[in-house]
Amino acid sequence: MEKKEIISREKIEHLARLALIDLSEEEKVNISKQLNNILDYFQKLNELDTSNIKPTRHVIDGLKNVFREDIPGKSLTQEEALKNAREKQDGFFKAPRIIKE
Amino acid sequence: MSIQNNEIMIGLEIHIQLTNLKTKLFCSCSNDYRGTEPNTHVCPICIGLPGSLPVVNKKVIELAIRLALALDCKINNQFWFFRKNYFYPDLPKGFQISQYNKAGGKAFADGGKTTIRLNNHKKDIILNRIHLEEDPARLVHKGSIATSPFTLIDYNRSGVCLIEIVSEPVISSPEEAREFLKQLKSIVQYTGISNLELEGSVRVDANISIKGYDRSEVKNINSFKEVERALRHEIIRQKNILKRGKKLIQETRHWDDKRRITIPLRTKELEEDYRYFPEQDLVPIEINSDFIQKVKSELPEMPNERSVRFRKEYRLTEFDSYNLVLDKNFADFYEEGVKSDPSFDSEEYKLYCNWLMNDISRWLNNNNKIIQETKITPKHLVDLINAIKDGKITGKIAKSFIPDLMVGFNVKALIEKTGKRRISDKEYILKITKEVITDNLDIIRDFEKNPRALEALIGKCMKKTKGRLDPELTREILLELLSNKIKKYKKS
Ligand SMILES: [Zn+2]
Repeated sequence: MEKKEIISREKIEHLARLALIDLSEEEKVNISKQLNNILDYFQKLNELDTSNIKPTRHVIDGLKNVFREDIPGKSLTQEEALKNAREKQDGFFKAPRIIKE
Repeated sequence: MSIQNNEIMIGLEIHIQLTNLKTKLFCSCSNDYRGTEPNTHVCPICIGLPGSLPVVNKKVIELAIRLALALDCKINNQFWFFRKNYFYPDLPKGFQISQYNKAGGKAFADGGKTTIRLNNHKKDIILNRIHLEEDPARLVHKGSIATSPFTLIDYNRSGVCLIEIVSEPVISSPEEAREFLKQLKSIVQYTGISNLELEGSVRVDANISIKGYDRSEVKNINSFKEVERALRHEIIRQKNILKRGKKLIQETRHWDDKRRITIPLRTKELEEDYRYFPEQDLVPIEINSDFIQKVKSELPEMPNERSVRFRKEYRLTEFDSYNLVLDKNFADFYEEGVKSDPSFDSEEYKLYCNWLMNDISRWLNNNNKIIQETKITPKHLVDLINAIKDGKITGKIAKSFIPDLMVGFNVKALIEKTGKRRISDKEYILKITKEVITDNLDIIRDFEKNPRALEALIGKCMKKTKGRLDPELTREILLELLSNKIKKYKKS
């Protein structure tokens, strides 16, 4: 099969934007290459005829309806909840503002 | 450029918290987070700590079935959850567990409708689907979202079960939207899945467009009351842009309820940007039709059915019955009252409805209460109506009793306490009417030309006696006095 570029540079930039990460030029080139290699490898699967095979909804086949009763359990304390937070204030987690100016 | 209502298309996405659950959708944290300290109703699952695994609350399925049946939706007997990926501080995992009706996925239920009534016409609001998802956290801003230097996050709300109800864009005015939400609120109340009176239990996103132009999506409308206002604002904004010859763009806007305007929020992410994929931490859910039948058999009578029955059983008008059944508490109060007195018939059924919908509703609105929070009982209102019927008090006196009735006094005690009784003593009425005539000769001159002059005089007599005169007797006596007077007037 002919090798073609699946992940374009625009796509990488778009994905980086969605993931809220900044990529350097070098990283963009590297990641693009790596992702293309991975996807290329997966192209192999297209060689199989899957037209008569049911899609896998879940890796554990046949398991369904795993439920919990509606009974309250123990929650964390505020102190425990905030333990790993980098920024906090008055019992809240603190994050940057949402709307850009 | 003038734009008609039939050129406006509104679709609503209504998120309702299932407040009648005891725990959240995927964890055992208490659902009852209102008025609590921030981040005290949280666990590794609902703050998204690595390695935590969600488990579905069984009761959710039952409550969702109730709503789906009440809205006439087709319930899918198998579905699974999806991850909807995006970054926002209210979403600790970087994705929301939701449902998706593409890519092999299914909504909880498809279609559905509810019938609304507006200005004497009926309209079916067609639904697209309902689905389940988790509520994001509550964000707190110092001042407005636009000016706050940072965002504070309380995850107590994170993971509470939401039902999303999506309408087709068939709503053509803010008034129709208001009626639809009224009806929906009523259905939710009857199904017993949620108490929408609770602060923050409802959030609405609205798609609004003028036919032929791009739509905007207004997010963060935090109460049913605000929806009508937000829609009105957004329609005017769009019309003004077109009037100035500018272009409407597809965008997401935020309803700022403090300034009562919509502001641009972020450029609309394309749907595929959410990168939906099946949630592998949860297995599929199958609902068998026996269970659906069981839930169906336990559903109470719904408002539309009840309205039809009220028209038949209590001979109420369509308008009265439609409005009376909207609030289940009210309708229950009504039935208990009218059933408690076997002598009640059409006339009393109508009177009872009028008292509830007018004077009592007004009092409740002014005092921001629901009827169950007051001390008035269905029997108290029966007594009031009987006291008028038996001639003990006038309608006017009855009105003056309402505030005391609401805090628990009964009619008998009120008549004794206030000494307000209907006066049917002819001598006394004659004395009052004569005084009123002498004081209002200008109205008398009007009497022949203007039939309302008589009403004005009756009103003055009532005012003089704080509404205690027998209205029929007063009318008779006044008429007699006036016709005599006019005869004399003409002779001279
Ligand atoms: Zn939790």
